[in-house]
Amino acid sequence: MMVERAEDEEKWLAAGIAAIQQNAFYMHRALDSNNLRDALKYSAQMLSELRTSRLSPHKYYELYMRAFDELRKLEMFFKEETRRGCSTIDLYELVQHAGNILPRLYLLCTVGSVYIKSKEAPAKDVLKDLVEMCRGIQHPLRGLFLRSYLSQVSRDKLPDIGSEYEGDADTVTDAVEFVLQNFTEMNKLWVRMQHQGPAREKEKREKERSELRDLVGKNLHVLGQLEGVDLDMYKETVLPRVLEQVVNCKDEIAQFYLMDCIIQVFPDEYHLQTLETLLGACPQLQPSVDIKTVLSQLMERLSNYAASSAEVLPEFLQVEAFAKLSNSIWKVIEAQVDMPILGAVTLYSSLLTFTLHVHPDRLDYVDQVLGACVTKLSSAGKLEDSKSTKQIVALLSAPLEKYNDIVTVLKLSNYPRVMEYLDNRTNKVMAIVIIQSIMKNKTCIATAEKVEALFELIKGLIKDLDGDLHDEVDDEDFKEEQNSVARLLQMLYSDDPDEMLLIICALRKHFLTGGPQRLPYTIPPLVFSSLKLIRKLQGRDQNVVGEEASASPKKIFQLLNQTIEALSAVPASELALRLYLQCAEAANDCDLEPVAYEFFTQAYILYEEEIADSKAQVTALHLIVGTLQRTHVFGVENRDTLTHKATGYSAKLLKKPDQCRAVYACSHLFWVDDQDSIRDGERVLLCLKRALRIANAAQQMANVARGGSGSVTLFVEILNKYLYFFEKGNPQITAAAIQSLIELITTEIQSDTMSQDPAADAFFASTLRYIQFQKQKGGALAEKYESIKV
Amino acid sequence: MNFLVGAFKPPCNIAVSFVDGRTRKQVPLKKENGQVVKVPLFQSQENIAGEVIIEPTQGKKVEHTGVKIELLGQIEMYFDRGNFYDFTSLVRELDVPGELYETKTYPFEFSTVEMPYESYNGINVRLSLYGRYVLKVTIGRNYLSNIAEYQDFVVHNYTPLPSINNSIKMEVGIEDCLHIEFEYSKSKYHLKDVIVGKIYFLLVRIKMKNMELEIRRRESTGSGPNTYVETETLAKFELMDGAPVRGESIPIRLFLSPYELTPTYRNINNKFSVKYYLNLVLVDDEDRRYFKQQEFTVYRLLETS
Repeated sequence: MMVERAEDEEKWLAAGIAAIQQNAFYMHRALDSNNLRDALKYSAQMLSELRTSRLSPHKYYELYMRAFDELRKLEMFFKEETRRGCSTIDLYELVQHAGNILPRLYLLCTVGSVYIKSKEAPAKDVLKDLVEMCRGIQHPLRGLFLRSYLSQVSRDKLPDIGSEYEGDADTVTDAVEFVLQNFTEMNKLWVRMQHQGPAREKEKREKERSELRDLVGKNLHVLGQLEGVDLDMYKETVLPRVLEQVVNCKDEIAQFYLMDCIIQVFPDEYHLQTLETLLGACPQLQPSVDIKTVLSQLMERLSNYAASSAEVLPEFLQVEAFAKLSNSIWKVIEAQVDMPILGAVTLYSSLLTFTLHVHPDRLDYVDQVLGACVTKLSSAGKLEDSKSTKQIVALLSAPLEKYNDIVTVLKLSNYPRVMEYLDNRTNKVMAIVIIQSIMKNKTCIATAEKVEALFELIKGLIKDLDGDLHDEVDDEDFKEEQNSVARLLQMLYSDDPDEMLLIICALRKHFLTGGPQRLPYTIPPLVFSSLKLIRKLQGRDQNVVGEEASASPKKIFQLLNQTIEALSAVPASELALRLYLQCAEAANDCDLEPVAYEFFTQAYILYEEEIADSKAQVTALHLIVGTLQRTHVFGVENRDTLTHKATGYSAKLLKKPDQCRAVYACSHLFWVDDQDSIRDGERVLLCLKRALRIANAAQQMANVARGGSGSVTLFVEILNKYLYFFEKGNPQITAAAIQSLIELITTEIQSDTMSQDPAADAFFASTLRYIQFQKQKGGALAEKYESIKV
Repeated sequence: MNFLVGAFKPPCNIAVSFVDGRTRKQVPLKKENGQVVKVPLFQSQENIAGEVIIEPTQGKKVEHTGVKIELLGQIEMYFDRGNFYDFTSLVRELDVPGELYETKTYPFEFSTVEMPYESYNGINVRLSLYGRYVLKVTIGRNYLSNIAEYQDFVVHNYTPLPSINNSIKMEVGIEDCLHIEFEYSKSKYHLKDVIVGKIYFLLVRIKMKNMELEIRRRESTGSGPNTYVETETLAKFELMDGAPVRGESIPIRLFLSPYELTPTYRNINNKFSVKYYLNLVLVDDEDRRYFKQQEFTVYRLLETS
């Protein structure tokens, strides 16, 4: 049925256009022969086509445009006619003889335009007459187009200031009066459309109305362009009159559109100076009007205006723009009980943007806006719909962007309260936005108090919130989130150790609530941050003697111990082990033997109890050995215990090569180059010999198991160890031992033709080359090498 | 000229001319046969003077019992065709009985003639009336029928601006459906006048389609039980298009000049009246018509220029 209608409409339109063209043809012929009477007759007939009620606004417009073009020609003719001596007043009367009102009024407007141009009568009188006569068309669509035509032809003939039609009798007041009246009538017609026709076509009607809205809005545009409409006139006449019409029409479409029009059409400074009036109209609008968009637009414009130049800012202060806007928003929200939360949030968001632009120095205003938002949100509970949350994110991001400084934002007491109303996901998004802002601006957060506040904001990332469902969380996202938290840590930094300690404690407190999933991400940066503090203290200790500060390394180590312990719950024993070792090393640097010992103990316990995977064991063992080797703080006893244990572990590894390598690595535990107390050549040799035994065993096992001899790599590696200790001057490592080892390897390589291992061969070759090189270098070392034959 | 022309060749030509014929205003007059001729225009109390020229047809003599000229004011009812009622009849004897051999000119004059009624031409054929002024030249003959020649002229009588001219204002309506108040600025309009007014809609519960203002002429003839009334709509002028709502006011501006109105005639010689009415018609969506008719007076304004 709709299609049918559309087809019919096409037909009607085509018929209308054809009739217009036909009559226009006769009209032209009459114009060419200067036959006024016929010209009027045919033009009236042509215009009669506009009397149709069958077309939708869209199609009617097409028809109207055809007629409009023809009327331009007619107007030209009228102009010539008056030049030929036909008085305009006669012409003005003559066209009014037409029996049908619509053609009559179109002709009247056309002649009226000529009449004003001729200046035979004051423009004001003609305009007044025209706008008055047009009342005869009460049909909305036809009336709107007629008045739009009137507006069009009169536009360049208004007695505006500086216009040629301005005179003693014609002032801009008349021009304004005329446009206002036309506007009022058009709006009435436009609103009336809503109430005509069956209820079931409401949607269609609304669509049609929106197609027509610009016809109405154009009047405001004309007003906006009148030179003579200065602030005073705008304030005294234009705005009150327009608003009166807007409010009284009680039509949501019109109210929304026209408010928007007013905001867009008139200059910002006018808005600023009439803010009270303009805002005063808002609560009076229909409850269904999308007032939030209107106000948002206004605030956006004002914000931009404020941003455009600093000179206008005093104006804002002078008119108390903030107070007015905020008050008005409050009233609107109060008045429109049904306004969705989205609307309120949008409003506050716009107000916030405005505040940030206009009063960047007034944090209390910003906080006030957020507070109002909280109040509104508290009545609604958690936000569910995505649009509102998006809007809140925008709201919360605005201060961050403006101040580029989270520290300022942290001063806003209502900020976290707003965040509480976000759903968990959005909360996280927001938290990331905050973190990114901090990272981007490299904002250093230097007090524990602020850190507390910040963590209150980003708590969505720090711990599981109520009702958080894990299965929703994407693994990647989770990693990303936690990594950003980890990155954030480096920005939480104070030069004052006491304060830093407080920060660390605070962080620890928060992180420990994070649950096993987060700890592996959050604990390491915390540990390193603490270690950094320790090293700093350590540096300072040398300068300040006997200080009684609360932030002593000892204390921090205690903290660390407990912190790392938390990881065992995860479990993340490998990570914990590494951290323990790191701490041990730090303790070593601080000369805190018991502490270091404790950390090692913890590491060993982890090794024994938690690390079962052989690969992990190898790695862990090497780490332990490496760390232990560097640790110098231990007394003989403690060291013995630890080294002994380590050596013991190495012998118990599963795979022979691993065993071998661990054992020869342990040799270093007995020989620390820069420490005279730890140079136990004998035990070094023992380790190496044991390593050789194991290598031998490994090769035999390989022989048995795979029918070929294993690689000689292990032997070459051991040879290298020999050479190292040989060079270091370990008396137990003799040239003879090295010599025999070389021969052993050579034999092995020669005997083993089956499985060539080029890497091992190359390794051996380069080791030999090294020996050769040392020999030739001369000096004491060369002498030592002299006895070794290659 | 005359319907006898074709049948008999008249023995002479008769022509009537006026002394100020060249300068006097001529107005169109529609004759019975539909022909429109230009005839001179007079008003009451004017002198009507001129010449009658009688020219016998070549070589013929016209014997007559006397020549006279009559000025007749006549009313002819269409339902009583051919029966003229003379309300004015003036006679001037132009010649004593005798014979006419050659062209002869007779001057004549009717001075300050009382012509109280205007010429009026009703249009309806079936029943209408015809009030006219005519000069009748008669050449009386003994045994033949008289030779007569008619010269029509038109009389217009002018009225000064009325001293009292109240507006027509009225509130009408259908209870709970439609209440309007209309106002015409005057009750008396001259022929080139313009009717200005307004219609206020006080209550609208009917869906209107449009509104027109009609000018209607009512001719009534006869009297008592034999009164015949004929109404004719002279103008249909659309005032409003679409459906107004309460509180709207619609302007009226109707120029009378394009319509062929005559002044209002009240009881002309007890024979007929011509009255004018403004008929305000509202048409609703279902083409029902609601109307209110108001008489207004039309007069011929004495042009001062």
